[in-house]
Amino acid sequence: MGTLGGAGLAAAAGGARTPGMEGERPASPARSSGLPAGGADGESPGGGAPFPGSSGSSAPLQGEVLDLDEDEDDLEVFSKDASLMDMNSFSPMMPTSPLSMINQIKFEDEPDLKDLFITVDEPESHVTTIETFITYRIITKTSRGEFDSSEFEVRRRYQDFLWLKGKLEETHPTLIIPPLPEKFIVKGMVERFNDDFIETRRKALQKFLNRIADHPTLTFNEDFKVFLTAQASELSSHKKQGPGLLSRMGQTVRAVASSMRGVKNRPEEFMEMNNFIEIFSQKINLIDKISQRIYKEEREYLDEMKEYGPIYILWSAPEEDLVDTLKDVASCIDKCCKATEKRMSGLSEALLPVVHEYVLYSEILMGVMKRRDQIQAELDSRVEALTYKKADTDLLTEEIGKLEDKVECANNALKADWERWKQNMQNDIKSAFTDMAEENIHYYEQCLATWESFLTSQTDLHLEEDSEDKP
Amino acid sequence: MEQAPLDPERQLQPAPIEPLGLPDSGLEATVGEEAEGARDAGSGVDTMTENNFGLKKIEISVSEAEKRTGRNAMNMQETYTAYLIETRSVEHTDGQSVLTDSLWRRYSEFELLRNYLLVYYPHVVVPPLPEKRAEFVWHKLSADNMDPDFVERRRIGLENFLLRIASHPILCRDKIFYLFLTQEGNWKETVNETGFQLKADSRLKALNATFRVKNPDKRFTELKHYSDELQSVISHLLRVRARVADRLYGVYKVHGNYGRVFSEWSAIEKEMGDGLQSAGHHMDVYASSIDDILEDEEHYADQLKEYLFYAEALRAVCRKHELMQYDLEMAAQDLASKKQQCEELATGTVRTFSLKGMTTKLFGQETPEQREARIKVLEEQINEGEQQLKSKNLEGREFVKNAWADIERFKEQKNRDLKEALISYAVMQISMCKKGIQVWTNAKECFSKM
Repeated sequence: MGTLGGAGLAAAAGGARTPGMEGERPASPARSSGLPAGGADGESPGGGAPFPGSSGSSAPLQGEVLDLDEDEDDLEVFSKDASLMDMNSFSPMMPTSPLSMINQIKFEDEPDLKDLFITVDEPESHVTTIETFITYRIITKTSRGEFDSSEFEVRRRYQDFLWLKGKLEETHPTLIIPPLPEKFIVKGMVERFNDDFIETRRKALQKFLNRIADHPTLTFNEDFKVFLTAQASELSSHKKQGPGLLSRMGQTVRAVASSMRGVKNRPEEFMEMNNFIEIFSQKINLIDKISQRIYKEEREYLDEMKEYGPIYILWSAPEEDLVDTLKDVASCIDKCCKATEKRMSGLSEALLPVVHEYVLYSEILMGVMKRRDQIQAELDSRVEALTYKKADTDLLTEEIGKLEDKVECANNALKADWERWKQNMQNDIKSAFTDMAEENIHYYEQCLATWESFLTSQTDLHLEEDSEDKP
Repeated sequence: MEQAPLDPERQLQPAPIEPLGLPDSGLEATVGEEAEGARDAGSGVDTMTENNFGLKKIEISVSEAEKRTGRNAMNMQETYTAYLIETRSVEHTDGQSVLTDSLWRRYSEFELLRNYLLVYYPHVVVPPLPEKRAEFVWHKLSADNMDPDFVERRRIGLENFLLRIASHPILCRDKIFYLFLTQEGNWKETVNETGFQLKADSRLKALNATFRVKNPDKRFTELKHYSDELQSVISHLLRVRARVADRLYGVYKVHGNYGRVFSEWSAIEKEMGDGLQSAGHHMDVYASSIDDILEDEEHYADQLKEYLFYAEALRAVCRKHELMQYDLEMAAQDLASKKQQCEELATGTVRTFSLKGMTTKLFGQETPEQREARIKVLEEQINEGEQQLKSKNLEGREFVKNAWADIERFKEQKNRDLKEALISYAVMQISMCKKGIQVWTNAKECFSKM
C-alpha cells in the first residue's frame, strides 16, 4: 500500500505497527473526521480538543495538504466548530479535559496524512406531492489527484446513504462496512422528523462517511467517490448501473440456503471470531440498554431536583432568622441541577452514540460472518459436486480454482479488517467510558465546590454573630 | 391525704403530685453533655443547657429496642416493640456516671406521658413524639413499623423526645416525667389517677372548629398562621425529598449493572479485559454506596419531621389561648346580660325580651316579693360572675405571658436546630460528592488502562 489515503493522524506510525496490515489506525479516528472535530460529531468522544485549524488560520499541518479557501464559508465553519468544541456551556472556566490535551499533543507530533475531509450538515426538509424527506449537505475537501476538484458540495438523502452502503457490501462482502443510523426509531418517536432525531442522524451519517474515508480499502471505492462528488442526476444514472435489484434478491435467496453449509467448515480462527461476535453483541446491547436507562434515571432525578430547590425558597418566606440559610440551600440545589444537566449532555454526546454505533456494528459483524460463510459454502458445494462427479470435472475444477481464490481473498480481507476493527473498537470504547468517568468526576467536583462554599459561608456567619455577641 | 383534683385551668406551674406522698426530692433531670445518643444529628437537643437545679445531673438514653409479644386489652396476642430507658446520674466530683434507673417502655406509654403533659402544661410547646407510622417514605425504605431501620430511627426519636423534656426549664420538673423514668410498674395507673383525661379540654382536639373570638392576642393569630405555613412547607419538602431520594437511588443502582456486564465482557477481551473487569468492580462500589448515603439523609428527614410535628404543638398553644379568650368573652357577655336583666327588673322596664316577662304580661304581674327574690338571685350571680371574670382575666394574662415566654424559647431552639440540620445536610452532600469523585477517579483509571 503506497498511500495511506484518508489516514488518521497516527496512520504513518500505524502502518509500521502491525506487519501485513492495511494501514492500521490505532488512534481514535477523531482527528481525521474533518473540520468539526469537536464533540459535535461524536467522533471525538467528549474530549473536544480544539482542532488545530480552528482558529481560522491554516495550521501548518493542514497548509501543506489542503488548499484552504479563506472565504467566509470556511471561516464560519471553523468558528462554528470552535464554539462547538467548547462543550462547557455552563461553566466556561472549566478546562478542556486532560484526555483531549493528550490527543492534541499526539496530533501535533505525527504528520497529518489525511487527505479527505467530509462534513455532513444543513438538514433541509423537502416536500413533494408523494413524500416529505430530508436532505443533508455533504462537503468534501480533498487533495487527492483522482478527484477532479479539491472541494465538492452535494446534497444527499438517507436513501442515498443506504444505496452506498449496499454497494460497498456488494463490492467488499467480507469487509466491515460502518453502520448507518437506523431508518426509524420505534420507541418514543412522536414525529419522524423531530429536531433531536435529525441531529442524531446527521452526526451518525457524518461518522459513517468518515469511517469509510478512514478505511484503507473503502476509501478508494468508486461508488464512494461518486457519492461524494456527483450531482443529483449523475448519481441517479450511476445507481442504475450494476446488478439490478432483482438479481441482488436472487443472490440473497441462494445465500441463505447455502450459508448453513459454510458454517460447518468454518476455520478455527473464524469460529473464534464468531464466538467473540456473539458475546460482544450480547454485551454491547446490554450496555446500550444500561446507558440509556442511566440517562433516563438522571433526567427524572433532575426533574425532581428542579421542584425540590424552590421549596426552600418558599420556606424562607415566613422565617426571619433562617432566610439566608434557606435561600443559600436553594441556590446550591439549583447549581447542582445545572451540573446534572451538563453530566447528562456529556452522556448523550459522548457515550450513548458510541455505544449505539457498536450495537449496530455487532449486527454488521454477524452479517459479514454470514457472507464469509456463504462464499465458503459456494466453494464447498462445488467441491462436493466434484466429489460426486455431478458435472463436467474440468469445468468444476476451474470453478473451484476461482472460488478457492475468492475464499482466500475474502478470508484475508476479513482477517485484516477484523484486527483493525477490534483496535478501533477498543479505542472508541476506552475513550467513551473514560470521558463518561471524567464527566462524572466534574459533576461531583462542581457539586462539592457548591456545598463547600455554602458551608464556609455559614461558618463565617457564625463567627460574625459570635463576635457581635461578645461584649 | 387526698387533695382536690388539680384544675388545669388554674395550673400554670403544676406542683409535683402530692397525693402519693412522694417528696419532691429535688432530683432534676438535666442533659449531660455526654448523654448517649445525643450526638446524632437527629436529636438536635441543646446539650449546652445546664439546668442545674438539683444536686445531681441526669443523663437519659433510650439504648435498646426489643420485640415483645403480649396480650392487649382485649386479650388478643400482639407484637410490639419495647424500648429500654436508662438514666444515669452524674457525680459532680469525678464526672463519672452511675446507672440509677433502667426500665422498658413502649410507644403507647410515651404517648400517655405526652398527653398528660399537654393537659397540665397548656402554655408550653410540648416536644413531639417521633411518628407513629412511617410516612414520606421513598420506595426502598420500608413503611413497616417492625422494620429494624424504622425501629432504630424511632429509638433515636424517642430518646430525643425525652432529652427535650429534660432540658425544658418547666417540664423537667414534672413528677410524672420523673416517675416515667424511674417507676416501671404502676406508672400508668399513677398517671391516670391524676385524672388528667377529665381535665382535658375536648375542644382542643377539634383544632379545625372555629370559635368566634373578638379580641385574640394578635401574636397568637400570627403564630397560628406561621405554624400552618411551617407544616405545609415541611410536608411538601419531605414529600419531594423522598422522590428525589428515589430517583437518586435509581441512578446509582443502574450503574451496578455495568459491573456485571463488564465482567462478562472482559472474558472475551485480551487487552481490554483487565481494565473492564476492574472498572466493573468500581461500578459495583458506586452502586452500593447509595445505601449509606440515603440512610444518612433519613436523619435529616427526621430532623425536619420533628419540626413538622412541633408545628402542631405550636398550634395547640394558640388554640388554648383562643379557647381561654373565648371563654372570657362569653363570660363577659353573660355577665353583661345578667346585669341588664337585673337593671330592668329593678326599674321595671323591659328592654330585653325574656320569657318570664312575656308570661307575666300575659298571665299577670308577679308579686313584688317574687321580683325581689329574682333580683337577689341575679345580684348573687352577678357577684360571682364578676369574680370569675376577674380571675379569668388574670388567668388569661398569665397564660399569655407564660406561653409567649416559652414560644420565644422555642423559636430560638428552632432556629438553632434547623440551621444545624441544614448545615448537616450540606455536610452529607459533601461526603456524597467526595465518595463520587473517588469512585469515578478509580474507574477512570481503569478505563484509561484498557
